[in-house]
Amino acid sequence: MAKATFRIWRGDAKGGEFRDYPTEVGEGMVVLDAVHAVQAEQANDMAVRWNCKAGKCGSCSAEINGMPKLMCMTRLSDLDLTQPVTIEPMRAFPSIRDLVTDVSWNFSVKKTIKKFKPRPADNADGTWRVDGVDIERPQEFRKCIECFLCQDVCHVIRDHGMTDEFIGPRFLVYTAALEMNPIDAEDRVDDLKQKHGIGLCNITKCCTKVCPEHITITDNAIIPLKERVADKFYDPVKRLFRVFRGG
Amino acid sequence: MAAELQTHEHDVLVIGAGGAGLRAAIEASATGASVGLICKSLLGKAHTVMAEGGMAAAMANVDDRDSWKVHFADTMRGGQYVNNWRMAELHAQEAPARVRELEAWGAVFDRTRDGKILQRNFGGHRYPRLAHVGDRTGLEMIRTLQDHGIHQGIQVYMEHTVTSLLKDGERVVGAFGYDRERGYPRLFRAGAVVLATGGIGRAYKITSNSWEYTGDGHSLAYQAGAELMDMEFVQFHPTGMVWPPSVKGILVTEGVRGEGGVLRNKDGKRFMFDDIPENYRNQTAKDPEEGWRYTQGDKTANRPPELLTRDHVARCINREVKAGRGSPHGGVFLDIAWIKEKIPKAREHIQKKLPSMYHQFMQLAGLDITVEPMEVGPTTHYVMGGVRVDGDTQMSSVPGLFAAGEVAAGLHGANRLGGNSLSDLVVFGKRAGEYAAKFAKEKGAGKVTQDQLDAASRALFEPFDRGSGGAGGVEGPYKVQYDLQDMMQEKVGIVRNEADMQAALAGIETLKARATKVGVVGNREYNPGWHTAMDLPNLLICAEAVTRCAIERKESRGGHFREDFEAKDPKFATFNNIVKKGPDGRMRLERRPIPEMRADLKQIVEENK
Repeated sequence: MAKATFRIWRGDAKGGEFRDYPTEVGEGMVVLDAVHAVQAEQANDMAVRWNCKAGKCGSCSAEINGMPKLMCMTRLSDLDLTQPVTIEPMRAFPSIRDLVTDVSWNFSVKKTIKKFKPRPADNADGTWRVDGVDIERPQEFRKCIECFLCQDVCHVIRDHGMTDEFIGPRFLVYTAALEMNPIDAEDRVDDLKQKHGIGLCNITKCCTKVCPEHITITDNAIIPLKERVADKFYDPVKRLFRVFRGG
Repeated sequence: MAAELQTHEHDVLVIGAGGAGLRAAIEASATGASVGLICKSLLGKAHTVMAEGGMAAAMANVDDRDSWKVHFADTMRGGQYVNNWRMAELHAQEAPARVRELEAWGAVFDRTRDGKILQRNFGGHRYPRLAHVGDRTGLEMIRTLQDHGIHQGIQVYMEHTVTSLLKDGERVVGAFGYDRERGYPRLFRAGAVVLATGGIGRAYKITSNSWEYTGDGHSLAYQAGAELMDMEFVQFHPTGMVWPPSVKGILVTEGVRGEGGVLRNKDGKRFMFDDIPENYRNQTAKDPEEGWRYTQGDKTANRPPELLTRDHVARCINREVKAGRGSPHGGVFLDIAWIKEKIPKAREHIQKKLPSMYHQFMQLAGLDITVEPMEVGPTTHYVMGGVRVDGDTQMSSVPGLFAAGEVAAGLHGANRLGGNSLSDLVVFGKRAGEYAAKFAKEKGAGKVTQDQLDAASRALFEPFDRGSGGAGGVEGPYKVQYDLQDMMQEKVGIVRNEADMQAALAGIETLKARATKVGVVGNREYNPGWHTAMDLPNLLICAEAVTRCAIERKESRGGHFREDFEAKDPKFATFNNIVKKGPDGRMRLERRPIPEMRADLKQIVEENK
């Protein structure tokens, strides 16, 4: 078996440092396997979040050689093992310990988005008729595993810390899934502009690039929502109409 | 360091936030109860997200011959008639309403051509019955429940773990545990407690389950004096990944076979046609052609043998591997790529129907399932056994303690049908939430004594007092866990015998002694070594219960297969195995007769034979 070195960030909210852990690596291993090996053999108390180990739960988000990724889906064979592999927590969120960060902000943001509100049912038994074509978009968005890597890499959150003004790509995708659900009857366009800061996104597409589910976040979710906001608030004809109605 | 004890009070406390826990919490809070919901991980990460194929409900959207009666009969046949028939009845009757309710809460299911919820074929289900979203149905379910639940005023405790239940006399009145992030002890007082903690997969080495599934709920209930039932029935899912080694055990959905995937040995033979059980013979295809037609929706065709029940398929795979006819890495081949001989645009079709399988193999094994066959083998997936509950209310044998989902026993008997788990979660999650809220309202809060709290607190922090794991002769927790997993895999796994299991019982005693001595390093904040030490006693109780029940059942039935008693024995069809903590603290086992099935249900079973 070959050996590789993993340079893992150890510390908490007060500070920390990278420590090197040389460990055996074998065929087919992913970064999370290496972290587990280090944890079992060299550092029993090393904090790491993980669950499914199959890219489905979105728990093991981290920055590997500087790139936001899921540890369970990053194969060692895709990394240069002649150099130490750096593994650090998501930097946009407050540290708890080692690779674990405080992502609770995301859970509170979600609550501020108006919940799903179905239109009246189509059939007497309370069911709806929906064409398969009409749900392709919301289904794409609902693939989201809430790993928050898109939030981690978003400049508005990471560099500007505007967590009070902006909900981030994850929750724009969440809003888009609701808005484009053919059964939903709620209107979230005012909130997008006024409460959720959609205007702050300047479409750099970093979120799309890191999404492990390959959701086309910017093009399919954010831009269409921006268009809805523009239609409602910046269309000159509608604006004039509002002036006359006194709205 | 004196840790301050934080206290929380609720009418209903739900432990576990997968499909069952969330559904229970939603139901209880809808009645006006104050609800606390404890998750071991972050909200929305529980194992429900891993469920792939779908949720079984006789909505008859795709085949109008389906009805709750057929679903009931299928569930009983799959469970080899040791199921709690009342639960099987309620489940079949109520599942369609629970699916429709999910849609009304925002779930976006795949559709039929005429716009209804699409249903797919699955093992052991006579008609296409599984409402689904590609191969990520579990994610859709948990996200829908989560997003609905967060607007209900439920208090969610993320990354908390419960280590003991607290009682006032006979009744459960709360729970004691800790928060994983900070390591603070926590007291939860509640009028009623619902267990929804899932399974015990981590007792085995090769498993589709994550670190969370350490049988916490089984163990909490057992320690509180509740009865566990049918713990010998562990489901080994036939198709887990076998290569590369680091992903061994990760699930490959039965949906692959539902879409036409076939199993072959190294000689290219479809071995599943070699061994078709008598009670499924007239529901199984005569030849590959008929099997293919079935997967494509031909109502006159019978299902291919790859879609026989999981216990049977797992054993057939095991047989091929043992006979030297396996694939290079100790599994068999599962081929979906072959359907390109049958349909145009097969590649796109596979990617649309099985997107996460495509993704999983591409990324983890570097294998394109639209081109090459997968290598698969059995993996520990599910425990049919669990806390014995009343079928209607989901209350255990201890007042105030309820259980729903995988941690509860009864619905699935000796073997669970694929797709019956997601429906189980919402049908019985709802019932547990409803009756727990009712119980809490009638009885109010109970009293917790300081003695109980002191004992729970001592047990929680002891591992730190024993010092550093790995150093100075003190053992760390991981090694004990690995040794248990190796032993259970080898001695109480897919093929069992008396001698191995007796050896396992002795081994469990040794491991118990080691577990009481493990030490941990570091401090209390987010310390996985400590958490693993706290999970060990739970795993050991589950392992012992599985082994004792498996020794007692001297026959083969469903998920329980004994090479020293290969046949099914009718006299074992009349009882359930019950384990309970005896007055001396040791595990007691008894046979409990199964109540006679109601005449109308008997008739349904007969009519569907």
